[in-house]
Amino acid sequence: MTDVPATPSLIAQTAAPAPHVRGYWGNVWNRLKYDHVTLFFLVLIIAVILSAVFAPWLAPFDPNKSSMAARLKPVMFKSFYLGTDEQGRDILSRLIWGGRTSLVMGISPVFLATVIGGFFGVFAGYAGGKLNTAIMRTMDVFFAFPSVLLAVAISGSLGSGLVNQMITLTIVLIPPICRVAETATSQVRTMDFIDAARASGAGTMSILFRHVLVNVMSPVMVYSSTLVSASILLASGLSFLGLGVSPPTPDWGLMLSTLRQSIYVQPLVCALPGVAILITSIAFNLVSDGLRQAMDVKA
Amino acid sequence: MTIAVPERHLLPVPPGHPHDRGGKAQPMLIVQNLRKFFPIHGGILNRKVAEVKAVDNVSFSVQKGETLGVVGESGCGKSTLARLLMHLMPSDQGTLVFDGDPVDEPRGISLRDLRRNMQMVFQDSYSSLNPRLPILESIAYGPSVHGVKRADAKAKARDLLEKVGLQPDLFAGRYPHELSGGQKQRVNIARALALGPRMLILDEAVSALDKSVEAQVLNLLGYLKRHFNLTYMFISHDLHVVQYISDRVLVMYLGQVVEIGPVKQIYEAPKHPYTMALLKSRLIIDPDTRIDIPPLVGDPPNPINPPSGCRFRTRCPYAEAICAERAPSLGNATNARDEHLAACHITNPIAGHSMAGQTLQALDGEEIVKRATEAR
Repeated sequence: MTDVPATPSLIAQTAAPAPHVRGYWGNVWNRLKYDHVTLFFLVLIIAVILSAVFAPWLAPFDPNKSSMAARLKPVMFKSFYLGTDEQGRDILSRLIWGGRTSLVMGISPVFLATVIGGFFGVFAGYAGGKLNTAIMRTMDVFFAFPSVLLAVAISGSLGSGLVNQMITLTIVLIPPICRVAETATSQVRTMDFIDAARASGAGTMSILFRHVLVNVMSPVMVYSSTLVSASILLASGLSFLGLGVSPPTPDWGLMLSTLRQSIYVQPLVCALPGVAILITSIAFNLVSDGLRQAMDVKA
Repeated sequence: MTIAVPERHLLPVPPGHPHDRGGKAQPMLIVQNLRKFFPIHGGILNRKVAEVKAVDNVSFSVQKGETLGVVGESGCGKSTLARLLMHLMPSDQGTLVFDGDPVDEPRGISLRDLRRNMQMVFQDSYSSLNPRLPILESIAYGPSVHGVKRADAKAKARDLLEKVGLQPDLFAGRYPHELSGGQKQRVNIARALALGPRMLILDEAVSALDKSVEAQVLNLLGYLKRHFNLTYMFISHDLHVVQYISDRVLVMYLGQVVEIGPVKQIYEAPKHPYTMALLKSRLIIDPDTRIDIPPLVGDPPNPINPPSGCRFRTRCPYAEAICAERAPSLGNATNARDEHLAACHITNPIAGHSMAGQTLQALDGEEIVKRATEAR
């Protein structure tokens, strides 16, 4: 029978009331709920996503139904709440349907790039040495090009279309995510708890999934969320240049391109797709910033 | 054929127990000719231009049930030694024998089984815990790697938290940043004990804690050692702490062992001038016996190019020509139980040293201070 000495530390800790342990995500939400700006734009993003999902039910008109008589009408003209474009199609409906394309173009490439770039980054960061050099210097080649130029070049060689645009944007977004993942992994690799895990006899795979990934995921996901707005802008830019979806598919960048010629006729109506891009982009930007602040756990 | 260590619950292995493979007389760990040189690359083609001789031909043994204190200045290779023993980095040369079984050899104990028997507590309590895992998960990770079911591993972890003085209901779900330094170090100790090891290497485990917490953790270590029948290797630069907790002490200088022996003999009658100077450097509370001139001046020489012969001769007040010609040998440290060995020509009556055969205490203790002032 062993005698556990009643050390003062043991006594002090049993006398205190049991605190409500919140956990990591509980702490994040606790910080987030006082950040009103982030919450507002989060609600906005959710509204945009919902409107895109429920587009068939939400849009007042068929986005492809053109009308020669009602071309380039201003805002609040009869039942066209946001006016019509140069082919007489309702701008509001086209914006709602265009949101689908833009959101898909914003989120999917980022998601794919996070998975692929994150894999390469963690692999390079944990392996170190020559493998690290090989992967990171390859990524540096892509870094040498400005992202828009790279996107145009790849898109031009692949051709237009939704799938090709997605491939293009994924390729453009992989190098920065890979770099962030590699930096985070290299830092985590030097910490003592990795040595302690190795000293416990754990294999590389077990250490990667249980210890490295949880630490690397946080900075990588925060960085990826900032790339969503960049991806939306790039996608719109590619559509504007005609390298994206083909008409008459509603798409914000494409709408900007075709409405550009009519800007002297109805300036407000022609700027509306740009406003949509702006609001969505800013919303993602601010929400990712707020998330980063909330997730920066040190206290 | 690798001998597998049988499945064990967290039960202590008293001497004579069937799991005690080597028996009472067998040392827990024998280290022979351990060497680790770090290469330095330079030049255009990035070839190896020099080596940092971090651990150079170290041999010693750790007896069962004892606490072996390892002392030395910063840069003497203590932490490198600890990492080599834990196989966290590959050694260039050297053999380990754990409880009679050679480590990582066909007829001995495998690395995986060695890791279940020998664990390490790290110095930096902040970076030695995963900041994104609750401490219960951190502790339960080791057993789960070795096939223990998650529910059992968590129960074991809760039991260990209780043993180290942290109430599981209060602390199990906490993250490392919600704990103080002393609490984090207790968690580290619990994590090291999760696999049921028989030997713990404590690499400066209390160095980062303030004195009151340090005393608590040291007392905890003593309790755990008795309760779990552990063997400790306690690495520290704090001479008082080592004196308090150790049975035998090993003194390292510039990658080599310079002295080894029972703690009382080393602290009262050191045989190596370096040990003597180290002990004289301790700050004494009594203001009347204050020393103004430090007994040991300067920094250790560069481990890339250590001095020829005895490495301490550049700072030794008793250095002579023989010390530059021949390196003194420690003796057979792997078999030494209670012997007091020192790697110095003075201890060897037939070496060519003018003061050979005399004890350092017989020579005037002020000699060190005088020669140090003359040298400067």
